[in-house]
Amino acid sequence: MLKIKGSVLLLMGLVTGAWSRCTPAISDSGEQLYEQHCASCHMQDGSGLRRLIPPLANADYLIKYRRQLPYLIKHGMEAGITVNGQQYQQKMPGAETLTPDQITNLLNFVQTNFGNNNERFTIPEVAAMLDSCATHNH
Amino acid sequence: MKIHPKNLLNYLIYRASFLLLPGLLFSCSQTESTQNTLPILGERETVEQVINGKTVTDTIYHQIPDFSFINQDSQQVTSQTLAGKIYVTDFFFTTCPTICPKMKSQLLRVYEKFKNNDQVVLLSHTIDPQHDSVAVLRDYAERLGVSSNKWHFVTGAKDSVYAIAAKYMVTAGEDENEAGGFVHSGAFILVDTNRHVRGIYDGTIAEQVDKLIQDIPLLLAEKSQHAKN
Repeated sequence: MLKIKGSVLLLMGLVTGAWSRCTPAISDSGEQLYEQHCASCHMQDGSGLRRLIPPLANADYLIKYRRQLPYLIKHGMEAGITVNGQQYQQKMPGAETLTPDQITNLLNFVQTNFGNNNERFTIPEVAAMLDSCATHNH
Repeated sequence: MKIHPKNLLNYLIYRASFLLLPGLLFSCSQTESTQNTLPILGERETVEQVINGKTVTDTIYHQIPDFSFINQDSQQVTSQTLAGKIYVTDFFFTTCPTICPKMKSQLLRVYEKFKNNDQVVLLSHTIDPQHDSVAVLRDYAERLGVSSNKWHFVTGAKDSVYAIAAKYMVTAGEDENEAGGFVHSGAFILVDTNRHVRGIYDGTIAEQVDKLIQDIPLLLAEKSQHAKN
């Protein structure tokens, strides 16, 4: 009996082990969210793509328009944008599914990486910015 | 040195192994060098012909058919335009929200590497001709900062773009379930001067693009070899 119990436990251990290896935990870390939602356009190092996609690395926009960033990530942008004096036209798709805490993590990753050393966001702050923008725009 | 006849055989084997070993190594490096020619990809068929009473078997390789598209300068780009050139081709659309920018940043590496070699050309097909007009493609190319005679961004009838993608053995088409409304492969396809596909690489993975950059000189060498013969 003990033997069977032992092997069942072992089997369960193996199954959960294999399971967790096959399905990586959905992580809300800023870095992973960046990888998932931003990196294919803004690139791994935040450098952007020549005059097509604006950089995030050392981008003045992140400081100048700090208050608009949460809304921009969630809902994207249609109009052109000027970053470090360069005009960009490409539309940015929004990541509508992101929650305020995910947006906070994502923004804090961007604000403190790629050579950026900008002010961090808090979750209530991001939630408030999303709300205030929403009431302005709708 | 005196060798006992009994040991002679052993001695000879011993000496021979010194000859055999480099021989083996050499034959290994030989296979290595045959691996240095790129395979011809795609379906092939053998055709038997009787020439002067002898049966000759010929292999017919998969070949990209003639095509005609319009590039960012409103110039026609046809199979004739690219005749005698090696080219790398891909499928994309300018408003692509997923893998296209990454692909373009990788294709830029190929561009920079072979910028001064007029034997190598890049050909990017838009799979969204309705949006990606000549003017849109021109703006796109200008913003990438690349020269038109080196890197053609082409548009054409939607069906002919999708049909030629299939000939390059990659996917391109409309799909409303995909981000941006189109589905397409992230592949870069390497094509030789006979319009045979010689390599397909994942354009979103830097290591695969490294391989492409290493493979292009192999085709160039092959080309100059043919020119000599």
